[in-house]
Parts: sequence; structure tokens; C-alpha cells
Amino acid sequence: MDFLRPASWEEALAAKAEHPTAVPIAGGTDVMVEINFDHRRPEYLLDLNRITDLTEWEVGQDSVRLGASVPYTRIMENLRAELPGLALASHTVASPQIRNRGGVGGNLGTASPAGDAHPALLAAGAEVEAESVRGSRLIPIDEFYTGVKRNALAPDELIRAVHIKKADGPQQYSKVGTRNAMVIAVCAFGLALHPETRTVRTGIGSAAPTPVRAKAAEEFLNAALDEGGFWDNGKIITPSVAKQFADLCAAACNPIDDVRGTASYRRHAVGIMARRTLTWTWESYRGTAAHTEGVA
Amino acid sequence: MRVNFTVNGRPQEADDVWEGESLLYVLRERLGLPGSKNACEQGECGSCTVRLDGVPVCSCLVAAGQVEGRDVVTVEGLADFAKQRACGSTCGTPLDEAKQWAAKGQDSQTGEGTELSPIQQAFIDAGAVQCGFCTPGLLVAADEMLERNPNPTDADIREGLSGNLCRCTGYEKIMDAVRLAAARQSEGV
Amino acid sequence: MPTTGAPTKITQGSQTKGGIGESTLRPDGTLKVTGEFAYSSDMWHEDMLWGQILRSTVAHAEIVSIDTSEALALPGVYAVMTYDDLPTDVKNYGLEIQDTPVLAHGKVRHHGEPVAIVAADHPETARRAAAKIKVEYRELPVITDEASATAPDAILVHEGRDDHHIGHVPHPNIVHRQPIVRGNAEEAAKKADFVVKGEYTFGMQDQAFLGPESGLAVPDEDGGVHLYIATQWLHSDLKQIAPVLGLPESKVRMTLSGVGGAFGGREDISMQIHACLLALRTGKPVKIVYNRFESFFGHVHRHPAKLYYEHGATAEGKLTHVKCRIVLDGGAYASASPAVVGNASSLSIGPYVVDDVDIEAIALYTNNPPCGAMRGFGAVQACFAYEAQMDKLADQVGMDRVAFRQLNAMEQGTIMPTGQPVDSPAPVAELLRRVKAMPLPPEQQWLSAGEEADVRQLPGGLSNTTHGEGVVRGVGYAVGIKNVGFSEGFDDYSTAKVRMEVVGGEPVATVHTAMAEVGQGGVTVHAQIARTELGVAQVTIHPADTQVGSAGSTSASRQTYVTGGAVKNSCELVREKVLEIGRRKFGSYHPAWATAELLLEGGKVVTDGGEVLADLAEVLEGETVEVEAEWRHRPTEAFDLRTGQGFGHVQYSFAAHRAVVEVDTELGLVKVIELACAQDVGKALNPLSVVGQIQGGTIQGLGVAVMEEIIVDPKTAKVRNPSFTDYLIPTILDTPTIPVDVLELADDHAPYGLRGIGEAPTLSSTPAVLAAIRNATGLELNRTPVRPEHLTGTA
Repeated sequence: MDFLRPASWEEALAAKAEHPTAVPIAGGTDVMVEINFDHRRPEYLLDLNRITDLTEWEVGQDSVRLGASVPYTRIMENLRAELPGLALASHTVASPQIRNRGGVGGNLGTASPAGDAHPALLAAGAEVEAESVRGSRLIPIDEFYTGVKRNALAPDELIRAVHIKKADGPQQYSKVGTRNAMVIAVCAFGLALHPETRTVRTGIGSAAPTPVRAKAAEEFLNAALDEGGFWDNGKIITPSVAKQFADLCAAACNPIDDVRGTASYRRHAVGIMARRTLTWTWESYRGTAAHTEGVA
Repeated sequence: MRVNFTVNGRPQEADDVWEGESLLYVLRERLGLPGSKNACEQGECGSCTVRLDGVPVCSCLVAAGQVEGRDVVTVEGLADFAKQRACGSTCGTPLDEAKQWAAKGQDSQTGEGTELSPIQQAFIDAGAVQCGFCTPGLLVAADEMLERNPNPTDADIREGLSGNLCRCTGYEKIMDAVRLAAARQSEGV
Repeated sequence: MPTTGAPTKITQGSQTKGGIGESTLRPDGTLKVTGEFAYSSDMWHEDMLWGQILRSTVAHAEIVSIDTSEALALPGVYAVMTYDDLPTDVKNYGLEIQDTPVLAHGKVRHHGEPVAIVAADHPETARRAAAKIKVEYRELPVITDEASATAPDAILVHEGRDDHHIGHVPHPNIVHRQPIVRGNAEEAAKKADFVVKGEYTFGMQDQAFLGPESGLAVPDEDGGVHLYIATQWLHSDLKQIAPVLGLPESKVRMTLSGVGGAFGGREDISMQIHACLLALRTGKPVKIVYNRFESFFGHVHRHPAKLYYEHGATAEGKLTHVKCRIVLDGGAYASASPAVVGNASSLSIGPYVVDDVDIEAIALYTNNPPCGAMRGFGAVQACFAYEAQMDKLADQVGMDRVAFRQLNAMEQGTIMPTGQPVDSPAPVAELLRRVKAMPLPPEQQWLSAGEEADVRQLPGGLSNTTHGEGVVRGVGYAVGIKNVGFSEGFDDYSTAKVRMEVVGGEPVATVHTAMAEVGQGGVTVHAQIARTELGVAQVTIHPADTQVGSAGSTSASRQTYVTGGAVKNSCELVREKVLEIGRRKFGSYHPAWATAELLLEGGKVVTDGGEVLADLAEVLEGETVEVEAEWRHRPTEAFDLRTGQGFGHVQYSFAAHRAVVEVDTELGLVKVIELACAQDVGKALNPLSVVGQIQGGTIQGLGVAVMEEIIVDPKTAKVRNPSFTDYLIPTILDTPTIPVDVLELADDHAPYGLRGIGEAPTLSSTPAVLAAIRNATGLELNRTPVRPEHLTGTA
């Protein structure tokens, strides 16, 4: 095993180009577990800790450019307003020690269906900034996850940042685990209301081979909200609409039975979380809308 | 490979390090600092918690090569670390809090005369130590939590220590110890 | 009914500071908070090698061949050993039955069984070498439950058994069977107005001590070996290690290293023999440290169980009879299974008065992971089932669940199903009264917070699954009975060497035992006893090793009773010698030396009237007094193999719990809000430690109620979750407040009237939590742990 320590991003890209099998390591919270438990013996470890740009973020007009290694703790503390869904998701990651080290880049690189950030990214809308010596590209989050622990990166590419749309409405995130802290998701659900486009986006974790959106549920809800004039009148969403939305979210799952939970439970729980997060976000939207009208 | 870094204020050099070794292994097996414990080696128990450039992390998940040139504080250096912090916070006036709460040695194994940090003393006084294997990691985590949040609620303490498993105590005495350290800290200021 | 503590016998030193009854602090506390306390995994030696074990990847198979040549050829590898390299004819070990191969011979019987061992200059070299050992398996069908174990054509897990249980078991795949028959359950059942039947399942729990198995073996110049080890019982290890090495016990020196928790999981041998074999083979010190994955294969677990119960009661609520059958899965090797069967059967009806019982408990041999000792030891599984039965029966009778238990509660004088009278206080009804009388936690605290509900106080916690939706509160009660000490005629003794001398002008006592301090606080208590008995301030606790006689095991809630008793006894013998010296030196100066009852207090010899006769330092000037003596509790006897009758147990221990839970009934997530406990401890030698033990035991019970289970694939008998990622133990956010009410009713048979306390709180905690969840959800819930899918109909 060789340990590569690039001092700059350019050096890192060069190293990855020269050694495409090199495994990037930043927070180490996935890679080191695999090494400690003898599940993996990479030829090269590519340490990204010296590249300080990766732990920085920029808040732009429409989106946040989040460095791949910004620790979850920083996201929770500093980006709650811009990225509420991801901030909530970050808070559910493992433990304080892990949140101090791990970041979204690692979650994307590992691309485990159980990664906590994925549902929030899917719901908010995001693009992954991947780069190699050949150049840089933005991969839409919907095209990023290609299979169980597989993603759209080329062998010579590294994740530099994630561009996440700033929240234009309420976002929520829920995760089921069999413990009240420090737990890997049995399943997870992210929901974002986008009042500007009058759309709703979802993200489901740990309930299919990859993180997925519940597109049929989104389409149903977009239509129902539109038809009922809900975005304007701010009425409470009827229980039958919420139920059908929840059912469609559950139907979007393609889960398995494993030691963490049954497929049947996962489908059930995603439905419950979909209904609850819809209620929470919509209540929040109604509150904000009413408030705005009052001021106007 | 060779790794140079600072541990508890002292420059250290480790030679012939295998690239897959963790910071935890280097501390324990190469630098003679076995205080940080190896209970799960997968970031689930917090027994190996150290501060890396001030930030609490699981040292089992930090690759040895990643600490090159960086600063690490382990449980072995916690008393000194807390003492320096206390001195620093009173603008140069030595406020020797650690000494004030130094252990009252009774028995042969007490390590009489050892200077302790407030959180270390509180763990002893509150009965928060049983087998003690989780203790070093908990102390580093609790000390850092109290540094950020000197008056935590019970829910804050539970959240702050949710990355540290203990199998002996049922956590009640650990709660007592952190409350005690917080109370003594606010009395001392 | 007695409600206050009877006076306990304290013969000496009530005036000496730091004696029994005080919450003195741990003598090892400072070392443990500074990181200087040396645990077994912290051992280090110049030129030491690292040992690695190759384990079977299948549960049941014939070994066709093993090829170690590639491993041996790897640079840095010093030794590779298989069964063929074992040095003597003794190739097995075991606590009671020596059925466990040091290294597999021809066959593996469970997933993760040791097949070969490697010593190398770095752990990674050792791992790579182990990976290069080629083992060819021919897989066999797996035996995983009672049906497959006792089928007429079942493969025998152990062929040619010749142990002392084979004569009375109905099938060679049954390790041991213990029936208990008393009265006539069949007849008594006719008097029952209500009958409740139930079938219960208890999952496989892991001790999950935080310090993984580890140790260092250092070859000695005389051809022997010195082992630094974390264990529960040095001398039991020694008896099993020495014959395999072909060494006399005197050439295997053992020193206890720091032990990172035990809970039963270190009762059996793990890496001890392997480290010694490699050290002797290479002539170099060898260190072995399991990682967490290996630890799940490296020690026995709590027996999973199926329990079948029938309870009857009259319309007035009096229990008429109990029939029960308890099937424990012992896994591939016997370990402590026979004793667990004895406990499960003899404690199977709980702390209740039932004259007519028909009980049977068995342990199976299967290809599942071996099971043995864990805190509560057979009584835990039974308590989960009988307390569920008691709730159901109370509901049938139409009585309050606590009142129903109190009506049937045993008390001093009650006859156990084994025919043994309970001859010390048994405050079962009182403990229930106390735990019920404790104030309930405030109603759903998060409600008053409105939209700003703190998710940390809700089911799901930080995962943000509910802001109150679906959350229902429930309350449940349970009580349990556990035996203390080794039972069934076992010669259960301990040894203490106590020395008294003057050091630096001060009288100092040194206590030397082989007791394994695993965190329970035995060392604290030994110092307290010495102060109380010898009137000294300074007590030195000598490290535990095999240079002193056996202390027995740190298990069965027995160490404060038995080794505490041995320390007390040796102190008393030392005291007599000190007084003899005093009489010789100073007797002529004061008549009280000859006439009065003399005590050692506050560093002085005093009369029982308080008159000071001499300073201890003067008496001991130029003298060293030392006594090493064994001490035994009163003898017990075996249970009759057909009827289960016999004076089998030394002492009983009782605890009661009230659990308050909040359940998200839609998602099936549970938050335990409070777990209140009342326990009788006889005499609290160290109140702070007593409460710590009760709280710790309580949370291990909570763990197996809602999350802890080793999951074994029934098709392959392979362990599916050997990691802390998937075997979950409670975090501080899963843990409720645990108010504890300690009752002190002396047991006149025990030193200071004390009662062993470590295990009882682990029993009743689990059924109390389950009862509270049933109360919240209305579900029957006949298995533990209960997982979200069980609460949502999605299992």
C-alpha cells in the first residue's frame, strides 16, 4: 500500500490520473473501517486532508457550492438556513466524532444506499462537481447513483464539491434506525417544497439499490396541489391526498430484507415518514405564507 | 513511511509505519500512549476519541499518514491541556483548577499526587468509572463539550456524548459526572 | 412484613474511616481517568510478535485439508500452527465438559471456530499470512433448533460423548436436562379458574464488553510462560491452559491485566491458549488482540431460548400451578450450558409461591454460536417469560398487575420448586410496593414544547421521525429472582492473603487475592473490608495473579460475598495474630489485654469500651503478620436428576423494575423514559458502587428488550451482524433516568449480611420494558428484543 499526500487539488488530480485505483480518503469514516476490518487493501490511499479548499463552502445566488470535505458538523451549524434538509440529515449522521470528520463528498463517493445525505440532496436538487486532469463536469444528482455502492464517477475523477440549490421553501428529513442515536439508516426520507417552481421533490434512502426519488408521488402531489390551488390558498392538505402521496412514496421503494429491517417494514416506514414530513413542511409553508401576506 | 506530528504538546516521530495503520495504532503501539482505547475500530464506540487540531475525532478512523504535521491531544495529555486552557482564560493569572481537585490518595493504586483535569476528577468522584475502558474517550469528548457549552442541559449532555458507548454504568453516573464538572467549572469562574 | 433493614453484624472498625458502608472511591480511579491503567490490550513487550487466528467461514463442515505453506513462506511470519502442531494429547478445553478443540480437528462445528494460528512481526503480516492458509471444507447440514437437533436421523454435533450428562439426556444433541417436579401440577390445574398459556422467544444477546479479548504471553527462561490476561477467573483458565501446553501449573504464571468489562463473556477461554502456544513455539512474546468483528466469534453469548408456559390461578388470584418447558440453544460447545439449565429450571417460576409445578429445562447442542455465561445466567430468559405470563393472568383474573404479583409473592420461609426453603429475607412484595410508589416522570414533556419539540426526548431521537405523532405512553412492572454464588454442590470458595506491617511509621494492610476486577469494584470493597476489620487507613491491593489461591469466578453475583468473605476471614485471622503480639509485648501493662474484647480501630488497639491500649504501629514494630486462607460459603447440593429436588442455591437476590416508555406506534420506535428499580442488597458495602451496578445491569436489560440481538441465519448458522454497526447496544440517548431505591435486609448467612447484587437488575428490566410497550400498544409481543417490524405488523 502507498500513501499519497497531494498538497494541492492539481496534485491530487494528477495522482488520481496516474493511479486510477487510488482510493481517496478524507474523513476516513468509510475507508478506514474497511481497512481496519480487512475488507479492503487498496494499492494507493489518496489523502485529501491537506487540500483545505475542500472544507470550504460558498453561498451563491441560487445555490451553495459545498466543498466535498466540509464536515457534517459545519453544515449543521452554518448552513441550516440555506440547506435545511441537508442540515437535518447531517444531524442524523453517526456521532459527533464522525460528524466532525465525515462530509458529503465521502457519502457520494461511497454511494451506499444508506448514506444519510442522499435523500436530502435528491429532494433539494443538486449537482456533483467532478473533476479530473481531463476537465471538470457537473453531474446531476439524479444521474449520479448508478447501482449499489456505484456512482457515475470515472476512474480518474475526484469529487470537488456539490452544488446544492438553496432552499426556496421548507425542507424536512427523517431517518429510521433502531437506536435513538448513532445508527445506520433502516430507511430515510427527504422532502423539499419548492414554492418558486411550485414543485415538490423527494428522496428515499436505504429502501432500494440506490437512493431514489419517488417521482410518481411527486407528480401526483404537484398535480394535486396545483388543482386545489393549495400553493395560493395555503389550505391544509387533505388527509386523502397526504395518504396517496405516502402510498406512492412507499411504492417507489424496492427494498430488501436484511439484518437492519424487513422490506415490508421499510416500505411501511417510508410511507409514514412521507406523510409526516409533508405535514411538517406544509404547515411550515402555510405559516410562512400567512406571515408574508400579513406583512404585505 | 515516517510520520511526524505533535502529541500532547510534544513532537513525535513514528517510523516504519504501515500505510494502513490508524492514528490509534500509532499512538498505542508506536508511541507508548495506550490511553486511547481500541474497542470497535469502526467509529461506533468513541473509546479512541482524541482531539485532532482541537476537534474530537475517532482516532481509529484517521489514517496515520493524515496526521503529518498536525496536533493531537489524548487522554494522557488532558490534564495539562485543561490546565493550560484554564490559565489562558484568566489572562495569565494562574488559576490552578486541576490542583484544587487533585486526587486524595487513599490506596496503593490511586496514583497519588497526579494532577487531574476537572472532568477527570468529576468522573472519579461521581462513580462514573467502572471497568474504565470507555472512560478515556468519554473524558476527551466531555471535556470538549464543556469547553463549547459550559452549562449544558441533560439533553445536550446526552447528545454530546452519544458517540461514546459505555457498557457498565448505564450512563447515569456519567451524567452525574458531567453535571458535577459543569457545576464546579461555573463555581470556579 | 419487614420494611426496614435489620441490623447487620459489623464486628470491627465502625470507627475507622473508609470502611464498609461508605462510598469510598475506586483505588484504580486515577489510573483509569489518566489512561495509565494497563488493560490486557495495552500490554507491550520488546520484540513481541502478533498472533492471528484463522476462523472457519462455515458453520458445520469436515475439514478436507489445510495447507499452510504459503503462509509460512511470507516474510515476517514466525509460526503457523494447526491441530497437528499441538504439543500434547490434551487438545480440548472447557469449563465443565472438555469438548472444545483448541484448534479444529477434522471438523468445524460453528461459524468462526479457530482452525489455525499465526505469529508474525506486525498485525498486518499476521492477517495476510492467515489469509494465505488454504482450508478445504466439505459442508455438512446445519443443526439450528430443537427440531433439527432431536430428529431421529439428526447428525450428532458431538459423536461419542462420554461426559457425565450423557446418561440422563434423551438425545445426544441435548447437553443437559433438568426436570423439577413438585406437588401435582396436573391435579392442581383442576382448581384453576383461569389458565394462561404462552410461547416465548428470547434472542441471542452479546455481553458486548468494550475491551476486546486480548493478552500477552511471554516465554519464561524455565520453559514456562507468563500470561498477562483479562479474564473472570485466573485459576480456571490455568487449569484449562496448562495441560494443553504440557506444562505443570507452576510453570504457567498468570497475572490479571486490566479487564474492559466481562458480564460472563470472559468465563471461557478465548485467546489464552493460542497466545501461549505461539509464544512457546517461537520463543518470543506474543500479543493477541481481537477486533470487534472477531470478538463476536471469540466468546460465548447468552443462550437464546424458546419458553413454553402454562400458569393457572383461582378467581381470588392465587396461583394454582405452573407448567413450563425451557429450551436453551447451547450452540456447538457445552461451555456453561449445564449450569445455565440448572438456573433456568430452578428459577423458572420466579419469586412466587407455587406448590404444584412441572418444569423442564434443556440445553441443545447445535451448530449455532456457542452460548454460556452472561449476567443473569438462565434466570434472565425465564423472567422475561414468567413476567409476561403474570401480566396476562392478572388481566384474566381482573386484578391490578402489581397487586396480583404481591398476592403471590414469596417471602422468607417460602419453599422453592426445588424443595429448598428461602431462609433469608425475600422482600418481593415490598420491592414492588417501593418501585410503584416512586413518583412517575412528568407526562409527555415534549407536548408543552409545541412546535419546538426537542426530538432528543422523543422516540427516534436525533433521527427526527416524530414531533409527537403516533406517540403513546405505557407503564410496565416486573420482578425477578436470581441465585447468588455457584450452586448445585459446587465447592465454591475463595482465597485471601492479608499482610499487616508498619511502613514509614504507619500500619499498612496488604490484600492479595486472585479475584478478577472487571469493573465491579471488588478492589474498592476489599480495601474497605480491611479498614473495617484491621483499623488501618492505608490498604494496598496487590495485583491479582496465580501466586495466591483461587478466588473463584467474578460471576454469579458472588465476588463481594465469597472473596469479600475470604478477605474478611483472613483479616480476622490477622487481627488475632496482631492481638497475640500485642498481648506478648504489652499484656503486662494493662489488664484489659487479657480480659476485654479487643478491636482494631483508627490505627489503635482499643477495648470494646473504647479505651486505647496501644498504637498498631507500636504493636507491629519489627513484625509482619501474614495469613493466606480459604473461605467457603455454606455448602449446597446437586438437584435430583429426576425431581429437581435439592438444597441447590446459596442465596437469592431480588429486584423489581417499573418501566415508562413512549412508543411511536406508527413507526414502531421506542423511547424508554424511565426505568425505576428497587432492589434488596442485604448490606450496601459501598452504596455508590451498588447503585452503579444496578443502573448498569438495568441498561443491559433494556438493550435486549429493544435492540440487542445476534442474528444467525437459520439456513447456514452463520452470524449476520458481528459488528457494532449492526449489533446495537444502548447509547446515552437511549438511556432513561434510573432512580434506584436500595433496601438493606440482612442475610444472616452472609458476610455483613450482604447480598450479591450484580445480576438481579438485569432480569426484571427486560420484562418491565416489554410490559410497558405492551401497555402502550396493546400488542402481545412474545419475543425479545422487540424490533420496529414487530410493533408495526411488518415482520
